[in-house]
Amino acid sequence: MTPTTTDKQMTEDEVIAELRSGMTIGIGGWGSRRKPMSLVRAILRSDLSDLTIVSYGGPDVGLLCAAGKIKRLVYGFVSLDSIPLDPHFRAARQAGRIESVEYDEGMVYSGLYAAACRLPFLPTRSGLGSGVMTTNPDLKTIKSPYADGEELVAMPALKLDAALVHQNRADRQGNAQHLGPDVYFDDVFCAAADRAYVSCERIVETDELLAAAHPATLRISRAVVSGVVQAPNGAHFTSCVPDYGRDERFQREYVQAAADPEAWAEFSARYLSGDETDYQAAVSAAGLVGGSVGGNA
Amino acid sequence: MSAPTRAEVCVTACADIWIDAGEILVSPFGTIPTVGARLARATTAPNVLLSDGEAMLTTGVWPVGGEPEGYEGWIPFRTIFEMLWSGRRHVMMIPGQLDSFGNMNISMIGEYQQPKAQLIGVRGAPGNTVNHPTSYWVPRHSARVMVAKVDRVCGVGYDSAAAAGPSAQRFHDIRRVVTDLAVLDFETPDHAMRLASVHPGVSVEQAQEATGFQLQVTGEVPETRLPSDDELQLIREVLDPEGLRERELAR
Repeated sequence: MTPTTTDKQMTEDEVIAELRSGMTIGIGGWGSRRKPMSLVRAILRSDLSDLTIVSYGGPDVGLLCAAGKIKRLVYGFVSLDSIPLDPHFRAARQAGRIESVEYDEGMVYSGLYAAACRLPFLPTRSGLGSGVMTTNPDLKTIKSPYADGEELVAMPALKLDAALVHQNRADRQGNAQHLGPDVYFDDVFCAAADRAYVSCERIVETDELLAAAHPATLRISRAVVSGVVQAPNGAHFTSCVPDYGRDERFQREYVQAAADPEAWAEFSARYLSGDETDYQAAVSAAGLVGGSVGGNA
Repeated sequence: MSAPTRAEVCVTACADIWIDAGEILVSPFGTIPTVGARLARATTAPNVLLSDGEAMLTTGVWPVGGEPEGYEGWIPFRTIFEMLWSGRRHVMMIPGQLDSFGNMNISMIGEYQQPKAQLIGVRGAPGNTVNHPTSYWVPRHSARVMVAKVDRVCGVGYDSAAAAGPSAQRFHDIRRVVTDLAVLDFETPDHAMRLASVHPGVSVEQAQEATGFQLQVTGEVPETRLPSDDELQLIREVLDPEGLRERELAR
């Protein structure tokens, strides 16, 4: 019998069981776009705490803030795209509840890429002269050893214990595919992590991945993936084009509920008290499924 | 053609920033800069690259809120970073706070560890401002936005770049500020913000009063130019037939 490649399919809760409190966890996507929300919801249900989260932040950060899961947040922004600010993130910051490590968004990429390349840092011009240098007192500059003598920021590697990303398709071995126009930095998050977990809309046979898509859609190789979760509508309420757009109505409901503790308790009871199946059922019942396809600058 | 509105004066003031811009990516934030960038492409800057706000480079000009005529390239966020690091870009961002040397804040108000008001975050402003030309759009020119000192330096101003040294200054270029009252630049010996022109119907005193620091004035301050009939036609019939530009200025 021919040996076969490892089957890495698992459930959200099995992924979370492999994580520990205090870990540094990177979350893929961008703003309110293709966030691994079913995995984030699984963290909300868990006992995990004191997490360092690295994210191009959207409602993933907001929900984790609301649940008190974040000790330290490494980010360039937190936004819901069509709604500029996330209320839970704002509330957490304004109450001084989370430690803020704010970098230019390009610096976050440099840090993740450095980690992926097993380098201690990467030089970048970005950050020079800005408040990022003063609020990150550990951040150092480095002098070019060449004739130019430039003094640049040495962006430290953002090494992740785990990465969570959401893709449109994947096979059981962890080859993962985005079908929308942007992979964002999901592949770099995976490569920067000791263990990367990919949720996807649908697990398919390997041969199916490229049946109707360009090879460039396969940006995440099984070589960097530890687990694959089939999570239909798993990015809800963020966008996951072309499978579905952002659920704008639900996002507005999320923002409105966040403004008031009582409304938030009600929102949590309705959507976040059960498991992922319960969540999806509650969303369907509310008639909120299926946002319009399309995004916002 | 009816007389130009204030919003339309702002559109052409934005478009004028990109006169003869070559093959660079123009990234406008806000409705009026977006209309301005497309007007520039249709008139004085045919070579500029414009994205659809997602991941595609577009062709032609099209109405705000509408679909582009076509596409000429692919520009996911990673490619935008690479392009901005290479300097082939001019961004127009919307400040939460802007000071007299062009330091800009969109991150937070108050103390960093526990802000009074948390905003979106520094975003790409630190990198943008030390890598390529940056301009700003202020839809409501007031002392709340135009402040003596920003609470956090996100976009690097001239004094901050000088303090950080030659590598920060090498590609640093805060070009222009367009507000609903005036056009401003940094063409003074120490790069303190200068009142370059006031929009028709706005006095120098009015612009100064709405600013939380002393504006530099060199000689007689001219009036911002009016859009031509051709420009007005493009704005009204092609680029923004629904008049979204007017909403951005509602005080």
